Amino acid sequence: MSILIAVVTLSVIAALFGLLLGYASIKFRVEGDPVVEKIDALLPQTQCGQCSFPGCRPYAEAIASGEAPINLCPPGGETTMLALADLLGVEPVALDDEHDTEPTKTVVVIDEQTCIGCTLCIQACPVDAILGAAKQMHTVIADECTGCNLCIPPCPVDCIHITPVKVEPDTWRWPLPEQNFAAPRA
Amino acid sequence: MTRTTHQLWHFHGGLKLPGEKHQSTGTPIARTELPRQLVIPVHQHIGETGKVLVNIGDRVLKGQALTQPTAYVSAPVHAPTSGTVKDIAEYPAPHPSRLSTLCVVIEADGKDEWIQLESRADYKKMSPADLRNLVRHAGIVGLGGAAFPTSVKLNPGPGHQIKTLIINGAECEPYITCDDMLMRERADEVISGAEIISHALNTAHCLIAVENNKPEAIAALNTAISDAGVDYIDVVAIPTIYPTGGEKQLIKVLTNKEVPSDGLPADIGIVMQNVGTAAAIYRAVFHGQPLISRIVTVTGKGITQPQNMEVLIGTPMSALIEQACGYQENADRLIMGGPMMGFTMHCDSLPVTKGCNCLLVETADQHSDENNAMPCIRCGECARVCPVSLLPQQLYWHASSKNFDQVQDYNLFDCIECGCCAYVCPSHIPLVQYYRFAKTEIWNRERDQQKSDHARIRHDFRQARLDKEKREREERLRKKKDMLEKKKQAEAADKNETEEDPKKAAIAAALARVQDKKAKAADAPKNTDNLTAAQQKQVDEANKRRETE
Ligand code: SF4
Ligand code: SF4
Ligand code: SF4
Ligand code: SF4
Ligand code: SF4
Repeated sequence: MSILIAVVTLSVIAALFGLLLGYASIKFRVEGDPVVEKIDALLPQTQCGQCSFPGCRPYAEAIASGEAPINLCPPGGETTMLALADLLGVEPVALDDEHDTEPTKTVVVIDEQTCIGCTLCIQACPVDAILGAAKQMHTVIADECTGCNLCIPPCPVDCIHITPVKVEPDTWRWPLPEQNFAAPRA
Repeated sequence: MTRTTHQLWHFHGGLKLPGEKHQSTGTPIARTELPRQLVIPVHQHIGETGKVLVNIGDRVLKGQALTQPTAYVSAPVHAPTSGTVKDIAEYPAPHPSRLSTLCVVIEADGKDEWIQLESRADYKKMSPADLRNLVRHAGIVGLGGAAFPTSVKLNPGPGHQIKTLIINGAECEPYITCDDMLMRERADEVISGAEIISHALNTAHCLIAVENNKPEAIAALNTAISDAGVDYIDVVAIPTIYPTGGEKQLIKVLTNKEVPSDGLPADIGIVMQNVGTAAAIYRAVFHGQPLISRIVTVTGKGITQPQNMEVLIGTPMSALIEQACGYQENADRLIMGGPMMGFTMHCDSLPVTKGCNCLLVETADQHSDENNAMPCIRCGECARVCPVSLLPQQLYWHASSKNFDQVQDYNLFDCIECGCCAYVCPSHIPLVQYYRFAKTEIWNRERDQQKSDHARIRHDFRQARLDKEKREREERLRKKKDMLEKKKQAEAADKNETEEDPKKAAIAAALARVQDKKAKAADAPKNTDNLTAAQQKQVDEANKRRETE
């Protein structure tokens, strides 16, 4: 009799936990692929497409599935490549020679005198960093601009220009001291 | 009262450095001549930049606010004298980056005419919040060099009962004597300021810590305390050891308490203010004067007559050098701050700011060339002297190879950049510069990360919006199609109503078509081809008859 009670109790408990687990797996399902999320978090989100993928997330997906190497993102430079190598536990791959290891950050400005208000640049901007309306002057919100330059080709009057981001004393970085060891003096 | 019996503790490491203080304490604090033109950087403190309130061409009075704080951690700047705003533009700032910042340029009119000043000698009737506000609008920041807005420090936040106020008069860095001279000459202002801060913090105990190499200052403070008749302020003479004036180091020496690594002194019931800040608070409360001047030590082997002077904020450094009878022949470099923690300035036309406690002119033989650095020999000297008990050699190693995660594991951000490690390093490695490099690099990466996270959100948002618009467009299209379909059906239904049932109608139509055909076939006789005109006529007539019958 007591054996029966034990068996029944255990079966009930097992069934309950089974249900619980089943419920948990539905309720707490992780949306998307966590590796893709992690890779995407390291990419600079410039959304410029220079990696030959239509944005950072598609590139992240390609890296995760092993279709793309980790050195294709010029805006991220060496920093991003090394971070990716670290995350994925793979060997670092050198960047293309034509790309700087530490790219200068840029934003674009619209020459407001020349702009004809065609709204083409707004449609091209992946982060909604341009403000304007049809036949009105357009302007770039510098704080939101990622410097992807995607708005430049569509502009029919070439009034969008690239400018480097200004360094303020608060954002200035100390240089790494040069390590040119002098020979010990006699 | 000096309690000679106050128990003291030690912090780890530290250095006994040659004081070099006597050069600049021989003469009283000098007044500087009113410069013709003052350049006042809008951003002179830690925190947010204020909003400029004046326009080019405006006449301003001495003490008039030029900016308005924009955030909680922010401080305004004020016109140091009366005159005209000549320019509001970027001018070179006294910062190691050599970059320019927004400055208000005032051309002095020589009248030095004050704004309406209001004394609040009755400050004891004010609430702590009102007092904080007064200090905030007087633009007072920490005058020990860090330039952190004082009003923020006066608000320890809910749940923090401040048991001890420490007034920092240690002034441990060699050469600098501005606090020493202030305590000697204006001890009453310091004590008054300490009383005001105690009131604002509701603290019943205050310690003024002074290194024991300043007996004149200690004596002056004690006299001022007994003159004022306050019983809760004690002057404590502490051993002269660098960097005992560091906030956490001084707290350790006086109380044996450790401030948590990522915490504030307020977390352990302590607030610390510099003596100069206390005096500035006194002036703001008792005389209504905002912070428009400070005492600067102009000293060093490269200066002809080292001395302290009271300087209006915005005065060019060159004017101070001139007043100190100029450079010596072998002067080599100008440093803002002391020899251990100061920054080399690239020219002397830069303005004096609130955080500028000392102008030090070194001679060529005084500093070792950074290019003389040699490889680390792992002697461990640096770790022995580090007042924060860090491992400077490991920090150096990881910083120079850009291992920014590891360098933080070794508590890089606890480093106070005191320079003890670099001072003792037999290989002359500019260690602090590596730490500064690593710190600013890590901050930069954090900013980048924030920016890219922000961009991701905006991109996802835009994507979601585009998707939504697309869905909506498709929805509209589908609806239109549906409507068209319905319209067609409705028209068809209209027809059907006249012919009752579509099936029946179809059959009827088919039948009608058949009959029509038959009738046509019947109508068309087969022998009517090739008729003559007469025959045709007859047929026509016959047909006519048939129809009329
Ligand atoms: S190149 Fe880099 S920043 Fe540009 S879309 Fe590709 S991953 Fe994003
Ligand atoms: S404004 Fe131009 S450069 Fe800036 S994010 Fe938008 S598309 Fe890119
Ligand atoms: S594409 Fe060029 S012209 Fe058209 S709205 Fe943008 S900036 Fe103006
Ligand atoms: S003091 Fe200099 S040489 Fe000695 S261990 Fe430290 S960094 Fe290396
Ligand atoms: S500079 Fe930093 S690491 Fe060097 S002794 Fe001072 S606190 Fe320690």
